Amino acid sequence: MNEVPVTARINGEEWSGRVEPRLLLSDFLRGTLGLTGTHVGCEHGVCGACTVRFDGDPVRACLMFAVQIDGHVVETVEGLTPDIEGGVAAASDLHPIQRAFHEAHALQCGFCTPGILMTIAAFLETTPDPSEAEIRSALAGHLCRCTGYHNIVIAVRRAADLSRGDPTAVADEDTGP
Amino acid sequence: MKPAPFEYAAPTTLDEALSVLSRGDGDARPLAGGQSLVPMLNFRLGGPATLVDLNAIEELAFIEPTADGGLRIGAMTRQVALERDPSVRRAAPLLAEAAPSIAHAQIRTRGTVGGSLAHADPAAELPAVLLALGARVRIARRPRDGESDGRVERSLPLEDLYLGPFFTALEPDELLVEIAVPGLRPGEGTAFEELARRSGDYAIVGAAARVWLRADGACEEAAVSLINAGPTPCLLEDAAATLRGVSPTPERIEEAAVAAAEACEPAADMHGSEAYRRHLARLLTTRVLLRAVGRARERVA
Repeated sequence: MNEVPVTARINGEEWSGRVEPRLLLSDFLRGTLGLTGTHVGCEHGVCGACTVRFDGDPVRACLMFAVQIDGHVVETVEGLTPDIEGGVAAASDLHPIQRAFHEAHALQCGFCTPGILMTIAAFLETTPDPSEAEIRSALAGHLCRCTGYHNIVIAVRRAADLSRGDPTAVADEDTGP
Repeated sequence: MKPAPFEYAAPTTLDEALSVLSRGDGDARPLAGGQSLVPMLNFRLGGPATLVDLNAIEELAFIEPTADGGLRIGAMTRQVALERDPSVRRAAPLLAEAAPSIAHAQIRTRGTVGGSLAHADPAAELPAVLLALGARVRIARRPRDGESDGRVERSLPLEDLYLGPFFTALEPDELLVEIAVPGLRPGEGTAFEELARRSGDYAIVGAAARVWLRADGACEEAAVSLINAGPTPCLLEDAAATLRGVSPTPERIEEAAVAAAEACEPAADMHGSEAYRRHLARLLTTRVLLRAVGRARERVA
């Protein structure tokens, strides 16, 4: 099989190697790099579980080939907390968005969560003080079958407050079922 | 791995890409944003021998205002650029209005304008919207046997690109390289609306309209297109003809909407019967025409 050389910046570190052209970016991240935080759901761009950032923009990793990241920058959910290596993060180590999701109980099974975090990380950079309607619109590209989205919306609002350095942000609006 | 093996080419210039396509014996496919092609490859619904990745060809990604107030849009322009670029809002507000309805934000960051047009999905927003705007497409290829050197180009009204379901006038060695959108004239207004079960889903039906009013308020020109209401992206000429030369009163607009609903050819599926889709075609055509006329009146000099 003809492998193609690829050099890319992944979660802040340069990676160089050779990949087969038909290898999907999602399978490359999980299988080749062991970055299993990127989840694979539908593999046709609908569910959003595999969302990563490509040159800053959220994209579906299942709809790109690994060869296409040559010369580009990729961030996965592991890149949100670059200082944690292999271990389990303490709450204080978490990225503000992760902290907000933890505190607002915005995940149950967690399968959709990494993709949502990557979309929201990009979203809050362009929309630091989002309305609920904007939050719901930003989440539209992600399927969550557990939460009914209610606490996810609360978590994104809280993440916005935390990211803007508002320590009084409260998570107790509604953390109900 | 999901897709079947293929040869991969990643040209950095248009000429290089055209050369690879012309050497492909009809089995080389361009890879634009990949948001429709890669799912097909993942499901092994297609298996081209060679994929010609266009993503490194910078000369194909641009939005440029033209002298007539319109736009030239490079085929590899990302769909998200239609939302972000202020010149689109000014020159072709219909494109900016429809762009957020194209799939999900994470698809629009990769999906391209040219890719969507060439894919020819009757359920897609961009073909319908650009049909309503009277856009033209520029197509390029390498010379074939017996032709002299250089690039061979042709330009088509977008309407002529669509020959059948997911079937276009593009030859295997040709590439859609640029879209020309005419400028919005004084007295011209546009509108878009679609109905989808969830944000980001394909529309059950959608409609786009463009209306050009003369100073006396009569309609000089009109265009109506529908999404997911036939085998190909389509203009509803009967609906437009109802409005031409007359004052677009609500009654005339209703007549045009009835004409659109009668002329379209929607298919039934799990999301709606044929009758329901015709009902939506009529309703949405009415709405977009009313809004387009209102906007056109604001722009009458």
